[in-house]
Amino acid sequence: MTTVIVIAIYLGLLLALALFSKTLFRGTSKDYFVASHSIGPFMLLMSVFGTTMTAFALVGSTGKAFERGIGTYGLMASSSGLIHAACFFLIGIKLWAIGKRYGYVTQIQYFRARFESKAFGYLLFPILVLLVIPYLLIGIIGAGKTIVGVTGAKITPKGTIPGVFPEWTDNGAIPPWFTGLVISAVVLTYIFAGGSRAAAWANTFQTLVFMAMGVLAFYLISDRLGGLGAAIEQAKDTHKVRTLSEGGEVGTAKWTFFTYLFIPLSVGMFPHLFQHWLTARSAKSFKLTVIAHPICIMIVWVPCVLIGVWATGIFPPDVPGGSGAILAKTVGKLVGNPVIVGLVTAGILAAIMSSLDSQFLCLGTMFTNDIVLHRAKKEYTDKQILFMARAFIVAIVVLTYVVALLLYEKSVFDLATWCFSGFAALTPLVIAALYWKRATKVGAYSCVISVFISWLVFFAMSGFGGEYFVFDGVVPAAIMWVIGAAAMVIGSLVSQPPSEKTLAKFF
Amino acid sequence: MSKKGPVILVFIVLLLLHQDCWNWDNASLVFGFMPIGLFYHACYSLVAALFWGVVMKVAWPEELEEWAARGSDDTEGGAQ
Repeated sequence: MTTVIVIAIYLGLLLALALFSKTLFRGTSKDYFVASHSIGPFMLLMSVFGTTMTAFALVGSTGKAFERGIGTYGLMASSSGLIHAACFFLIGIKLWAIGKRYGYVTQIQYFRARFESKAFGYLLFPILVLLVIPYLLIGIIGAGKTIVGVTGAKITPKGTIPGVFPEWTDNGAIPPWFTGLVISAVVLTYIFAGGSRAAAWANTFQTLVFMAMGVLAFYLISDRLGGLGAAIEQAKDTHKVRTLSEGGEVGTAKWTFFTYLFIPLSVGMFPHLFQHWLTARSAKSFKLTVIAHPICIMIVWVPCVLIGVWATGIFPPDVPGGSGAILAKTVGKLVGNPVIVGLVTAGILAAIMSSLDSQFLCLGTMFTNDIVLHRAKKEYTDKQILFMARAFIVAIVVLTYVVALLLYEKSVFDLATWCFSGFAALTPLVIAALYWKRATKVGAYSCVISVFISWLVFFAMSGFGGEYFVFDGVVPAAIMWVIGAAAMVIGSLVSQPPSEKTLAKFF
Repeated sequence: MSKKGPVILVFIVLLLLHQDCWNWDNASLVFGFMPIGLFYHACYSLVAALFWGVVMKVAWPEELEEWAARGSDDTEGGAQ
């Protein structure tokens, strides 16, 4: 029960802070969508980092290191430090400038203007929505599973410890429908009230919480294992290198390690990140984000990867609950203190919610601006626009909640990699739009269509969502990216260049 | 001389350094607790931050902010 109280206090504090940020809300749609371009360097860093790091940062990194070993860090973290920052610098700052100058609040508004095609938005919109929705599902399902693991009955050598609410469910755990409801309600409350400004405040708080909780878990676990040296000594040797095991279960293939460099490019096309970039007060606000992002990744990922490697000496490879439960299980087994378990769980929920809020908000923003306002034949007042955005967000939250409950037992976590791959493969679109004057409407259509078709083909070849490699460990994202880039170049070169007016506007 | 060339060159070198094949099978520990393959990539994160710090100094697009602030009459997005 103490654990649940700690989590409840955390959620209460989060709500209080986010609702405080509502007092800064200026009541305009521009403030709701992009915080009137007023977010300073530190909050921009925290909100961008918090949004980029999903539940995968704490839970997935530990679990993946438990499965594959130390290669997890190089595969996903150090490469992201370099490439995410490159995307912020080369794509983010430019899009911020264009968005600020022309009043864009969504990517599609920019692409429509840059490629001189209103219909292009109708092609890109469903693809972006399709790629964002699984993230939302993962967040709600992940939160439900985390709370079930923490509050359910536990079998120990000394006997069974009953769950927190034995009268409520079979194993005494808080049911996923309730966790999903609470998480959705908390996120909806502050997004509804304060839009992107509330998201920035909440994300700053949540990012600090999950970074601190990762470090706290690291310290306490290493202490219980007898110190850092003892902790690594008892871990399996196979997990301290990147050598691929005979069956390929542990370690990393060299081609996978190399081609995984394409995956972090996905941040260049995340619609929710685009919206965060636009909240920046000035271009200079980006400086801290670009420089500190690799360090923030290191602060979160190094402890988590080490905990995952240490856990190989504690749990069998086929640990009940799967590798995703390794962090919670290690904390529960070695630390045991319900307050600490509550704090670490709050950290996991913080990582989940700091991505969920931005994704809900961006979908509401896209529906409002790219579909309704784009088609509108009359002028809407600011109040009407705000009402529409909020109504869409409520509808998306309700829909996501219902679908998450329906898919709770399905393994949707594998879909995350496919979403990343899809966004990564679309980056030739934004790179060409920003840096290549010769990029045309035909090139843009060719790029998006070829990426989508290749994505569908690879997705089907993977068995609709599983881990899948081409040739000798090449990730599909790398091939899709090359296909998308080639389609963009060929399509552009065989068509008429953009008009002088468009070039003068954007270059 | 343009600063873009050296920045791109260092970026490519960093991409290559990410593929530290020489650490692949090395199980030795740094400071008695950190597998060298992990230590290398933790240091790599710090070097990446340092690299971007230098890029901010030498290749910051000064003109972009001024460009963004100009021409508010052109505003055409949904949020006014």
